[in-house]
Amino acid sequence: MAESRLPHPDLPPPASIIGPWGWMRRNLFSSPLNIALTALAAYLLWVAVPHLLNWTLFNATWSGDTRADCQANSGACWVFIRVHFEQFMYGFYPEAQRWRVNIAVLLLILGAAPLFIRTVPNPVKVKLGLSLLVVYPMVAFVLFKGGLFGLPNVETSRWGGLLLTLVIAGVGMAAALPLGVLLALGRRSKMPAIQTLCVTFIEFWRGVPLITVLFMSSVMLPLFLPEGMNFDKLLRALIGVTLFQAAYMAEVVRGGLQAIPKGQIEAAAALGLGYWKSMALIVLPQALKLVIPGIVNTFIALFKDTSLVLIIGLFDLMNTVHNATTNPDWLGFSTEGYVFAAAVYWLFCFSMSRYSQNLEKRLHTGHKR
Amino acid sequence: MNSPSTARAPLSEQSMIQMEGVHKWYGAFHVLKDINLTVQKSERIVVCGPSGSGKSTAIRCINRLEEYQRGRIVVDSKELSNDVKLIEQIRRDVGMVFQHFNLFPHLTVLENCVLAPIWVRKMPRKQAEEFAMQYLERVKIPEQAKKYPGQLSGGQQQRVAIARSLCMNPKIMLFDEPTSALDPEMIKEVLDTMVALAEDGMTMICVTHEMGFAKTVAHRVIFMDSGEIIEQNTPEEFFTNPQSERTRLFLSQILHN
Repeated sequence: MAESRLPHPDLPPPASIIGPWGWMRRNLFSSPLNIALTALAAYLLWVAVPHLLNWTLFNATWSGDTRADCQANSGACWVFIRVHFEQFMYGFYPEAQRWRVNIAVLLLILGAAPLFIRTVPNPVKVKLGLSLLVVYPMVAFVLFKGGLFGLPNVETSRWGGLLLTLVIAGVGMAAALPLGVLLALGRRSKMPAIQTLCVTFIEFWRGVPLITVLFMSSVMLPLFLPEGMNFDKLLRALIGVTLFQAAYMAEVVRGGLQAIPKGQIEAAAALGLGYWKSMALIVLPQALKLVIPGIVNTFIALFKDTSLVLIIGLFDLMNTVHNATTNPDWLGFSTEGYVFAAAVYWLFCFSMSRYSQNLEKRLHTGHKR
Repeated sequence: MNSPSTARAPLSEQSMIQMEGVHKWYGAFHVLKDINLTVQKSERIVVCGPSGSGKSTAIRCINRLEEYQRGRIVVDSKELSNDVKLIEQIRRDVGMVFQHFNLFPHLTVLENCVLAPIWVRKMPRKQAEEFAMQYLERVKIPEQAKKYPGQLSGGQQQRVAIARSLCMNPKIMLFDEPTSALDPEMIKEVLDTMVALAEDGMTMICVTHEMGFAKTVAHRVIFMDSGEIIEQNTPEEFFTNPQSERTRLFLSQILHN
């Protein structure tokens, strides 16, 4: 039976499912339990937030140069941070030479900025990225350490604060990722010697705490080295951190390698690509993209773990802050110090996390399997 | 499609592939049993047989995606060995199309096509891209060059896979069930591409159950069962006058479905 019928017009949705009221119904008041939880959360916020805001902002002291300036207010004494700020950034790096650090940071920002601009063509980005990984560390090292081109020598033991944290984290990340990739490939290798070597390496370094590694590197290692032969404490810490994190990175990358179908490797092989080319062009780009969350997770852990170097007497951001809180002129301000340190760590880690989310979105090519 | 008589010009006596007494085991399982096969230049061979009969394994031995334990294989006068360099050299000249396409999902269609010419044949990028566009035109999808494989239909992906192989300018093409993973309406577009390739005189070995394709294009049809070549013949003889009981059973099953 032929029956012609006009299409039903689209009606506006009922007010209860759209807008802020609809959102609240769905997310805050959908069941008696949720109503109770919402009420509890609101109560806790009401108790905690005003107190927190009063301490950090409204009752805080912002100006002044001595602890006496903070006596009048009940809130945080941010003067403590202001007075020590340079020390938190540079540690005991000689004041007259701090411009060298600033230049290195400026170079890094200028060099890295084009990598984050989408209109820059990819080949340029690759070249820039490689030179940042290879050339920049040498330039930065010369700037920091000096002893060349008339720059006065600054011992690594005087590097400190956020500068040292960034040096350890930067070197650790830049070295642990490629090493981790090689270890992951080695662990999947068909050659028994290489496979055993990689498995042993990974399981050894994953099995010991980082704090032990650092402790061993600074206390035990000199005992095994011949008399008079001693190498830089910072270098030892860098090697320790790198090898430790590379083991974790290897397992993260291996997870990605396992997710790549065998057909991809076969197709690459059938085209005549050798092992290294098929890994570099076909397998790793896909595998690394899959494990961006895991890689960034490891990077964030690495960044925060750099604070453990205080155990071997290096003055990174954490240790510098800790040191400032023991300054007899400024006793009693450890809360402000640690809140500041936490905020700095959080800022860096959160930025990494956001960048990785952005990267995942950008690299998505519409092939969800 | 051309008529069978014009499609099958007489062959030159130049053998491209020789398999002699090839045996292969997966552990204790004897997958290939004494495979002997010679393929002439420009010859087109269709391999069929029930699943698990070793037909895919057999052609995958030719470009050494599978190892074999006994016998010898000579491809384009080069005998396969364990020498990695030699294997890579042979693979350059032997194109392969897979059942599941195996395109590289992180690269665009064009990048899929130029990758091997640039990195294996050391062709300049610009030249490789021109070359690739020609082949994409031949498989009738030049307009998809900038898309990613995930955005294409199965039939289009398989045609890209064929173009990707052709970009290496191979002397031999191996097809491993190229239409088995496709929806029925996409099979024809892939088969048409393969027929066009056959008309250009490409040496082809094709594992397929597309009997129409075998009848029109193949010089020889090979029937395999449980790791052995049971029968080989011209398509006319093979389909009208099968010699062995197993072949007859197989044909009755696939032709009546």
